[in-house]
Amino acid sequence: MSSATPVGHGLAAPNAQVGMSQAPRSASAPGPPLWLLLELTYRCPLHCVFCYNPTDFANTGPELGTGDWIRVLRQARALGAVQLGLSGGEPLAREDLEPIVAQAHTLGYYINLITSGIGMTEARIRALKVAGLDHIQLSFQDSTRELNDFLSSTRTFELKSKVAGLIRQHGYPMVLNVVLHRLNIDHVGEILEMAEALGAQYVELANTQYYGWAWLNREHLLPSRAQLERAEATTRRFRERVGTRMQIYFVVPDYFETRPKACMSGLGSVFLGIAPDGTALPCHAARMLPGLQLPNVRESDIRAIWYDSPAFNRFRGEAWMKEPCRSCPERARDFGGCRCQAYLLTGDADNADPVCDLSPHHHRVTEAVARAEQAAAAAAGGVREQALVFRDHRISIAVVPGDPVRR
Amino acid sequence: MSDIPGSAKPAIAHGMRLQWEPAQEAHVLLYPEGMVRLNSSAGAILSRCDGVRTLTDIVTDLERTYSVAGLGDDVTAFVALALDKHWLELRE
Repeated sequence: MSSATPVGHGLAAPNAQVGMSQAPRSASAPGPPLWLLLELTYRCPLHCVFCYNPTDFANTGPELGTGDWIRVLRQARALGAVQLGLSGGEPLAREDLEPIVAQAHTLGYYINLITSGIGMTEARIRALKVAGLDHIQLSFQDSTRELNDFLSSTRTFELKSKVAGLIRQHGYPMVLNVVLHRLNIDHVGEILEMAEALGAQYVELANTQYYGWAWLNREHLLPSRAQLERAEATTRRFRERVGTRMQIYFVVPDYFETRPKACMSGLGSVFLGIAPDGTALPCHAARMLPGLQLPNVRESDIRAIWYDSPAFNRFRGEAWMKEPCRSCPERARDFGGCRCQAYLLTGDADNADPVCDLSPHHHRVTEAVARAEQAAAAAAGGVREQALVFRDHRISIAVVPGDPVRR
Repeated sequence: MSDIPGSAKPAIAHGMRLQWEPAQEAHVLLYPEGMVRLNSSAGAILSRCDGVRTLTDIVTDLERTYSVAGLGDDVTAFVALALDKHWLELRE
């Protein structure tokens, strides 16, 4: 929130509110789904070990057709959706990406393509620009070709560097996203140098969030506190050197926090995701939540899904909360944290996110960090109990709450 | 703040988009994965920042539209804030 001095009669103080969150509203009168994310496909040429996609993605239904996506775009825009994310999987795997973008642009969306860059060519980026694409976020796994290729189980580093060049040449802001974890967090200095060399204006150093495939691989991916502190110090030094030329967001892994993230600004508040098969999601990972009958855009329109469906109303307001959230003075700030994390770590999605140190289950987070530190020490000594699980449709399986490495 | 000359031509910064959103009854600034919701005064100022009109033109236009005098300092202060946040850039 920022404001300048009062302007006087007839013209109030100019004032701007930053961010996608909305003024608090009651559960009975939610605001519009300002942020629409279309996961156009689960297909992806990469096999990233930290992917948040559901681990049983291969068992979901067929992808929506072009007409279905365009219907979703129209209906959501009519409700007030304005920021559009196109992701997946790899959205460039959809051959109809360009007509989808063109339609979204005509409707007035600000369109963000969230991509690994695989499948991007000169011809496609030109067509996407003409269609009205506003922004491309390119993900990198690491700064070195060896680790980038190992973590995504492909040879893609050079291709990505080429795509970064295309993004710049076509006048897009250069926005890089690098997912951090134990295996690459020590390379943060090199990652930032690579970003600088690529002309990046924004870099998001996003520590892995433990859902989907990342949940399966949690013991391999959680960094140690010492690693995290080193990476933050390196990032600080880099920031001081480059100043405002490059904006760096360092997203701390919430396992190291004592208060939970305000996940989705509260479920059913601003975010609407649509999975490849048309399932409507109040958060990226909501498919895992038991008893949540997620509506599908093949059967319902967006207005009914957003305002009327039990799934989208399930976590609105505060009536669902348990103690310690229910009486907590901070509940309006963090909404009890992440429902999926509460479910994965405590078995009950209504519990406080155990990242919060007021949660009686907080020890499950601190124990996971301690176990990961031990596993890291053992791996350094040459002992590796479990292999990393690469995202792959052939081993696509359901995840159960509790032990992330249960087999 | 007041060191922005009246002849400066502010424009919405590259990569940002200003538009009226009926659902929010407000002008919003859109940028990669983010949004700024503007109140009516901020919307009135930024919607005049087209890279053609000078800061002086914009103040004059606002004073005429809202039938008030002496808006110069407040408008300049907000333009300075918007420049600082990279919502606006200056054109020659």
